[in-house]
Amino acid sequence: MDHYFELIIAAIFINNILLAKFLGCCPFLGVSKKMDTAVGMSAAVVFVLTLAGVITWVVSRYVLVPYNISYIRTLAFILVIATLVQFVELFLRKSIPVLYKSLGIFLPLITTNCAVLGTAIINIQEDYSLLETIVFSVASAVGFGLALVLFAGIRERFEITRIPKALEGTGIGLVTAGLMALSFFAFKGMV
Amino acid sequence: MLVPSIVMLGVGFSASVVLAVAAKVFHVDIDPRITEVEDALPGANCGGCGYTGCSACAEAIVEGKAPVNACIAGGDSVTAAVARVMGGAVGFSEPKLASHYCEGGYRAITKYHYEGAFDCRAMAAMHGGDLVCSVGCLSLGTCVRNCPFDALKMNEDGVPEVIPDKCVGCGTCEKICPTGVIKIYTVTQRLLHFNNENECLPPCRQLCPAQIDIPGYIQYAKEGKYAEAVELIKERNPLPLICGRVCPAPCEVGCRRVAIEDEPVHHNYIKRFIADWEMNLDEPLKEAVLPDTGKKVAIIGGGPCGLSAAYYLRRLGHDVTIFDSKPEMGGMLRYGIPEYRLPKKVLNFEIAQIEKLGVEMVVDKEFGKDITLEGLEDDFDSVLIALGAWDNTSLRCEGEDLEGVWKGTEFLQKRELGIEVDLQGKTVAVVGGGNTAMDACRSALRQGAKEVTLLYRRTRNEMPANEVEIIASEHEGIKYELLAAPTRLIGDENGVLKQIEFLKMELGEPDESGRRRPVPIKDSETIMDVDVVIAAIGQRPLTDWYTDELKERGLELTRWNTIVADEETLQSGIPHVFTGGDIWSGPALLIDAVGTGRRAARSIHLYLNGKPLDHPVGTFKGPQRVSESGEVPLQGVARKPKVPQPELPVAERIKTFDEVDLAVTPELMRTEADRCMRCGTLCYFSDTQKESRSNGKSMKDKVEELLENSPA
Repeated sequence: MDHYFELIIAAIFINNILLAKFLGCCPFLGVSKKMDTAVGMSAAVVFVLTLAGVITWVVSRYVLVPYNISYIRTLAFILVIATLVQFVELFLRKSIPVLYKSLGIFLPLITTNCAVLGTAIINIQEDYSLLETIVFSVASAVGFGLALVLFAGIRERFEITRIPKALEGTGIGLVTAGLMALSFFAFKGMV
Repeated sequence: MLVPSIVMLGVGFSASVVLAVAAKVFHVDIDPRITEVEDALPGANCGGCGYTGCSACAEAIVEGKAPVNACIAGGDSVTAAVARVMGGAVGFSEPKLASHYCEGGYRAITKYHYEGAFDCRAMAAMHGGDLVCSVGCLSLGTCVRNCPFDALKMNEDGVPEVIPDKCVGCGTCEKICPTGVIKIYTVTQRLLHFNNENECLPPCRQLCPAQIDIPGYIQYAKEGKYAEAVELIKERNPLPLICGRVCPAPCEVGCRRVAIEDEPVHHNYIKRFIADWEMNLDEPLKEAVLPDTGKKVAIIGGGPCGLSAAYYLRRLGHDVTIFDSKPEMGGMLRYGIPEYRLPKKVLNFEIAQIEKLGVEMVVDKEFGKDITLEGLEDDFDSVLIALGAWDNTSLRCEGEDLEGVWKGTEFLQKRELGIEVDLQGKTVAVVGGGNTAMDACRSALRQGAKEVTLLYRRTRNEMPANEVEIIASEHEGIKYELLAAPTRLIGDENGVLKQIEFLKMELGEPDESGRRRPVPIKDSETIMDVDVVIAAIGQRPLTDWYTDELKERGLELTRWNTIVADEETLQSGIPHVFTGGDIWSGPALLIDAVGTGRRAARSIHLYLNGKPLDHPVGTFKGPQRVSESGEVPLQGVARKPKVPQPELPVAERIKTFDEVDLAVTPELMRTEADRCMRCGTLCYFSDTQKESRSNGKSMKDKVEELLENSPA
């Protein structure tokens, strides 16, 4: 049990996928201007990341490893994740239109999200079991969501703050992201 | 090499098969028109349509939830493109425009203590500092930064300015502004807006019966934006040329310059200048007229109230016909105000402007004789009765039917009707103290009278006539017999007037009108030799049009012969019959008639659209002074004499009916406009801006400076 708890804490705080591994920076800067879109994006990421983690684990374990062709892992995973997202989109649209509507534009956006691919690859590299893969994927996604929502909260304040002309927009965003990453470094060595 | 290739191919193949099957299994029908409509929309995602983004709007249009012209950002071409996809006709949607009514100035500096948040919303939420003004602009430009179409800019006074060509009326600024000084209006809303208690109303606006935005147009005039000034006046008063000449300017009483023993700003001077500017243009300004509604309105009476109502109703798209009993339109403006005050050329131009909008004008039709209410009801959806007050009050003394005893308005209209009046070498006495009496005196002088004497039963201070009129008549040599009340008119054996007898009076206690009541002095009868007496002691509406049948139907008259109607909506006892002007209020000012004309137009418009006529809650019940606005002290305001009105020399003008007041130059107009302090109800410190401007600092610099020095 302790092992899984450590895994969760490590994935959310210590090895935060955004602030420690710098994966998924594109939605981090792109959809963090408003709190509600940030929350929507986080939900979509949790959903897709978990599914992608499981499927890629299965592909890796039962296709790539037996044939000893792990070196095409990245290529294969991109294909699998893209298909998966498209499939999920079609499925949701027909079966759960409410969820489809609330996830909206964020679902197709995740197709090209490196955080998803990154987590899938980490799962294989760390040689996690299926259960570990699921736990780690969910925790990573939660970490992603946490960073995104915190960042969106800060950026909403930017709207009503005086910012030097040269730093307005993405400039101050990146500076803030850097400071947030520094503060997350405080978790290093906890586990 | 073979194995990985096969695996990749296999994965790719199975992926496409899975997707193909999924696409088939999970197929959802979407209307192909949604994509087409979305392509036609501009893709600005401004949200002005009320939907979250253009795709949502496209969906709503296809589902029939939104009209084809839902997109407010795209304009006519987009609407046409959407209509092509949807196969429907393009409906009319009235364009909306943002408008900002806070005059701004330097209030923000004097009222707020900034604490670093460069945002109006934060400022309003924080109440950081001495937040006194609850209605004005905070000048931090949040609306400017958030406008998706760059249609707002900060002017040098630190208030946002709308760029009409760019504004699409999306409403972003209205939503974002914490004090609500930016509003999105359509033409209809602007024309039918009545002042609200929440608005920043300076004293002159509190007192203007037509609710003209006086500091607003003065500011435009000062900046040289004459077209904007004309447009702003015409939102409230369609007769700027006429009012610029003869308006008695009740607004001037409120001018805060009076508080420092200075003369009030001469509003008419400025109004006349910009109205003259429009008249002298090669091509007069175009006014927006909304598409025809198919509703017909009959207006009885072509005076200021009728003309004003016709103007607004026509601009709102109604089919308007004015009927007048005289050979030409204008009512008292034409037959009551003499040429030397209001040249007919000017009056004709102003009436022609209204006619050009598409108002039909029918003359020589007397109400009650040539036309009846029943007859009009067959052809028209609504009727406005604005007959005015043409009956002269009698002198109530012996000898009133002698030859040589005339009535004020009857005398004044003779010249216009082409009836010869022989006053050469005659002695004339005019009884009364109002503007009609003044007009009668000065007209009689111009028609050759040897001597004109004015008899008034109180003193000069109580005379209701305009001060400028009294002064001008004094210059022209009118004699004053004040504190004199006629008691008898004496004629010879042929019934021709020879003498007038009057009693001397003294002032007693104030009566209900607030003026001191004249009390006769015993045995003070004085007799004066006269050839003509003109009685101009007051008017009231004629009643020859009124029938028992109308009474039965619910149209009632008061004991002053005025029509009984709702104070606010001007609706009479017959629901589709409205009234306004002197026949409702009793004898009043020209500007009162113009104001009630617009009020009646609003009620008629709402009535024709089947909407309730009540005014919104908080509508300003004016004209009246808002008490607090008089109490704010004026600090550091220097007295500045008013620019004198150029006039024809007295010797020259008493021989002719040429206009006495001459045109003003742009320089003089600007000097006068500069005297306006642009007061608001709560903000009275606009003069400090002059001070800071002389230090070479603009509003922007001032704000910057405050922000630099603020903590945080």
